[in-house]
Amino acid sequence: MTTATTSTSKVAADTSGGSLRFYSVWLLGIAALIVLPMIFSSGGSLTSFSLIGIAIVFALSYNILLGQTGLLSFGHAVHYGLGGFAACHMMNAVVSHGWPIPLPFIPLFGGLGGLIFAVIIGWVMTKRAGTVFAMISLGIGELVASSSLILRSVFGGESGITTDRTALPKMLGWSFGPQLQVYYLIAFWLVLSTIAMYALTRTPLGRISNAVRDNPERVQFIGYDPHVVRYLAFCFAGFFAGVAGGLAAINFEIANSAYLGAIQSGFVLFSTFIGGTAYFFGPILGAIMVTYLQLGLANLTSAWQLYFGIIFIGIVMFSPGGIAGLLMMHRPLVRAGTLWTVIPSYLVAVVPTLAFACGVILTIETVARYSTGEAINLFGIGFKPTSPITWIAAAVLVVGGAFIARLSWRQIAEAWDRAATIARDRGYVA
Amino acid sequence: MSGAVSEKGAAIEVRAVEKRFGNVGIIRDLNLSVAQGERHAIIGPNGAGKSTTFNLISGHIKPTSGEVRLNGDVISGLRPFEINRRGLSRSFQVTNVFARMTVWENVRCAVLWATGHRYAFWKNVDSLPEVRERTAQILDDIHLTHRRDVPAGLLTYAEQRELEIGITIAGGATVVMLDEPTAGMSHAETDRAVSLIRRLTEGKTLVIVEHDMSVVFGLADRISVLVYGHIIASGTPEEIRRDPKVKEAYLGEEAH
Repeated sequence: MTTATTSTSKVAADTSGGSLRFYSVWLLGIAALIVLPMIFSSGGSLTSFSLIGIAIVFALSYNILLGQTGLLSFGHAVHYGLGGFAACHMMNAVVSHGWPIPLPFIPLFGGLGGLIFAVIIGWVMTKRAGTVFAMISLGIGELVASSSLILRSVFGGESGITTDRTALPKMLGWSFGPQLQVYYLIAFWLVLSTIAMYALTRTPLGRISNAVRDNPERVQFIGYDPHVVRYLAFCFAGFFAGVAGGLAAINFEIANSAYLGAIQSGFVLFSTFIGGTAYFFGPILGAIMVTYLQLGLANLTSAWQLYFGIIFIGIVMFSPGGIAGLLMMHRPLVRAGTLWTVIPSYLVAVVPTLAFACGVILTIETVARYSTGEAINLFGIGFKPTSPITWIAAAVLVVGGAFIARLSWRQIAEAWDRAATIARDRGYVA
Repeated sequence: MSGAVSEKGAAIEVRAVEKRFGNVGIIRDLNLSVAQGERHAIIGPNGAGKSTTFNLISGHIKPTSGEVRLNGDVISGLRPFEINRRGLSRSFQVTNVFARMTVWENVRCAVLWATGHRYAFWKNVDSLPEVRERTAQILDDIHLTHRRDVPAGLLTYAEQRELEIGITIAGGATVVMLDEPTAGMSHAETDRAVSLIRRLTEGKTLVIVEHDMSVVFGLADRISVLVYGHIIASGTPEEIRRDPKVKEAYLGEEAH
């Protein structure tokens, strides 16, 4: 009995000690969202920030399924798209009926659009997990995407449904015409949704979702119906995907069939997985990186999707925990104070790894631009795709870089093992 | 209903249960009665159908025919979570925990339904005092308080077996079924596990499948012997020890 009481009080001490750091992380994030457009105020960066904000909400909603409940969906964009359409229709209805609903409330209707579809379709879909669920989600995704082109009255056919966000009643004098105001609207909903989704992971339902992910069979023997758990998680994911879709509809002032297609579903899977599904903040990192890469790479090269694929395969093969997993791997080392023993090997590995990456890029760009003869600009150095010098440079970088890089990676692994062993000995579990 | 009244004394009543997989009858005319508060062991040679019996009672698989009653109510045909909510909990022969979750969260998940929080998504799971106290109590009971923040998948085998028992009893079930809780344990670990089981199932009905005869005869009030899906004898340890049928079918070598 005494041990029980001491351990309980230890829990209380732990939570109060960690809570200061916990809240400061959240406040820092909110402060960054407020300050960011003041530092980077160009139209281009405002657009990027807005898109990243939407992508974060979308990716976090996807992780309710993939990371929290263990459901691999290939059709999550259905809820995002339906949320977008619901928001567009709602905005048009508000304008034509003169309802006193200002723009900031519209994402809620997007969320309801995503939720209602999840409520209707979810019970059948979540009966089984695993491959069955994945296949049904793929089928539903295709079904809804193709229906959107056929059911013109609801989805507007090829051209989609357009709307005018500035026609809605003003709130606090904001017309939401300028991108800056839209950015703050998105940031507001981003904070709201992120807090709500984080809170969800800390509820009985959130924890039981984890249990269903780990072992659906055992859950049945502690009183829970895994089907109900999956269904509720699916509904929450649908709601927040709908919120993201509603934000997109506000941002672009249009919703069309591209919103709910397979490309959009693939995008959210990519973002979430690259970011890492095991940690709540993983999808946030993934959404930032993938959106940023998408915007940046598309301007630089026509082969940007190829790079995307390479990054995705690289993550799946070498770091299944995603970026968040890579970062959190270092936590025991930081705590044990052995991180500094690993860093030199990282620095040594940077040069050959970069050389290898440059070789790969040069090879891909040479192939991609050979027929047009368009020059390649790699970190300020110009290469002609038709010149044998370029080919030799690419070959040397790929082969030589890979050879030396592998040696340096082995060094990392050894240094890592030593550091991790010390950390384990000091009682920090990896 | 009249049947239920007449069987009021039995926690578990298995009547004429049969289980066939295709043409193969795994369980034939199974009859078993476990009284309230009794410690009942099921023994039998490998492949006798002990785990299948557990699966039939706990709802993991449905009987082909016959019925199972829990405290007088028919439970055969119900799903595992429905049976669990009526107060029957079981463990597994192969460790069956939530591998990526910590020890603390494993036990807490098993406490949540019984404390009435169910599918709640409006409560903070960390600020439910009765859940926290009960979880801490059970961790203390199974001696895993010092391992509370370790993912269950990283525990040693014996620790996982203890956690398995902890999850099984956490919901406060009145009928506890343990499937080979000491399998693969060393002598010292087995002794520890037996005293743990004895303490944690105090005042409850216990059904246990076990290969280790010292555990069985040390723990059980009554023993049933299962051979080829049929119970050939049921009685006190002393009766079972003397039963010629049992000697012939199963105990033969061990008794002499």
